[in-house]
Amino acid sequence: MPAARLMDEAEVRRAVTRIAHEIIERNKGAEAVVLVGIAARGDDLARRLAAEIGRIEGRTVPVGALDITFYRDDIGIRAEAPEVHETRIDFDINGWTVVLVDDVLFTGRTIRSALDALVDFGRPTAIQLAVLVDRGHRELPIRADFVGKNVPTRRDEDVRVILREVDGEDAVLVDDPVTREPATNRPGREGMRA
Amino acid sequence: MNGHLLSIHDLSADEIVRILDTAESFREVGTRVIKKVPALRGRTVVNLFYENSTRTRISFELAAKRLSADVINFSTSGSSVSKGESLKDTALTLQAMGADAIVIRHSSSGAPLTLTRWVKGSVLNAGDGTHEHPTQALLDLYTMRDRLGRLDGLRVAIVGDVMHSRVARSLSFALVKMGAEVTLVGPPTLIPPDAPAWGVRVSHQIGAVLPELDVCYVLRVQRERQRQQYFPSVREYARLFGLSRERAEMLPDGALVMHPGPMNRGVEIDSDVADLPRAVIEEQVTNGIAVRMSLLYLLLGGSGSQAAGGSADEAGAVRLPEEVATGA
Repeated sequence: MPAARLMDEAEVRRAVTRIAHEIIERNKGAEAVVLVGIAARGDDLARRLAAEIGRIEGRTVPVGALDITFYRDDIGIRAEAPEVHETRIDFDINGWTVVLVDDVLFTGRTIRSALDALVDFGRPTAIQLAVLVDRGHRELPIRADFVGKNVPTRRDEDVRVILREVDGEDAVLVDDPVTREPATNRPGREGMRA
Repeated sequence: MNGHLLSIHDLSADEIVRILDTAESFREVGTRVIKKVPALRGRTVVNLFYENSTRTRISFELAAKRLSADVINFSTSGSSVSKGESLKDTALTLQAMGADAIVIRHSSSGAPLTLTRWVKGSVLNAGDGTHEHPTQALLDLYTMRDRLGRLDGLRVAIVGDVMHSRVARSLSFALVKMGAEVTLVGPPTLIPPDAPAWGVRVSHQIGAVLPELDVCYVLRVQRERQRQQYFPSVREYARLFGLSRERAEMLPDGALVMHPGPMNRGVEIDSDVADLPRAVIEEQVTNGIAVRMSLLYLLLGGSGSQAAGGSADEAGAVRLPEEVATGA
């Protein structure tokens, strides 16, 4: 598949480390911070950020996974009901600062859904947003608090984050829309059920 | 999935796995403080029950409500059906009111299929006569997979009144499709003669089967459907086929006891046995909500359901004169 590499393994690692420091700095430590990653891949990034923050601060940061499928605004518009991933938030978010984590920030619609989903779990003190890539083209008034890399893209390009946990390596790729493979060939999330 | 769920035969093994996997996510929703997601906001689900039901109707109602759909419960008593309205006119009325899905239970086998010719929305079979009860089978599969980790190769006995049981039919078809080994157990009068063609074994000796099982699935003795004497007495049935405490002890460690409810304690299952830790009867009920949420979501969550409704409509247009001719 002809795809340009926007970030390689080392760049992804440095971005995660920097975002971890920024989260600690912004929140004056990590005592009141929990991380919630948006499935798929946002949850893997959230676990990495939590490990990094834990390493820096010497304390464990709770981390959860959120599936936003049931909160999408295009259910009934797409031909098939969208595939569902696992949601696992086994801690109380009331009174905590929740850092939402996603791989790519694009239209903002996923984040809108995630905000709706999150408030069904409780009333956090604040919600912040961390993304590995911000590629622009927002359709809603949403911005990220922590960004790994800002990447100007064309609307029809396909920006993909691949991660070691799922895909075997870390990288951010942008696909050439002219010769792009069908979206169904994109690496899927296999083995969701153990 | 196509636009309806009428029979287990409508589903491939892959589709069954997808339904069960999606149900997994909905079970998580059921553990939240706010047990509700907006997935089917603005959709209308009608529960059309021509037979009495507690758990299936409430389960479907809760499932639809937890998906934020609007729910209308329609039972035959207290409605225009008691004034003699036909199924077709009732269906057309519900359609005119904009029902996106109709969940139907009816004493006539095939009533849900007939309904698909008249309405545009999805039809879900919640039990039709002695034909099928596919959502019960799917929630049973979910419970078995959840507890035992697999379906392939599971040894399951379905004990009792198989003849009159739509649950037994749907469950047998589904288990065989998923690679389980099914044995039907009961008096010869209550085992359908065509059962071996389902891909199952038949036994009339419960004691011989129990020590080999992963699941002992006990059926309710459906006296309301039995039009003649199929066994000499309830006491004799209980003695020969009831799951007594002594019989339950013959089951291997870890084997489950299941029952679709409502139970006749002391007839097909001893009261003690129904309360054993290995009896997962209440779990079946809880899981039923998640599985029905999964089905409603998969059937109504895509615009594909509209397309499937459209094709059913076309079929209806073709078949409608025939229905009129037969006076349906």
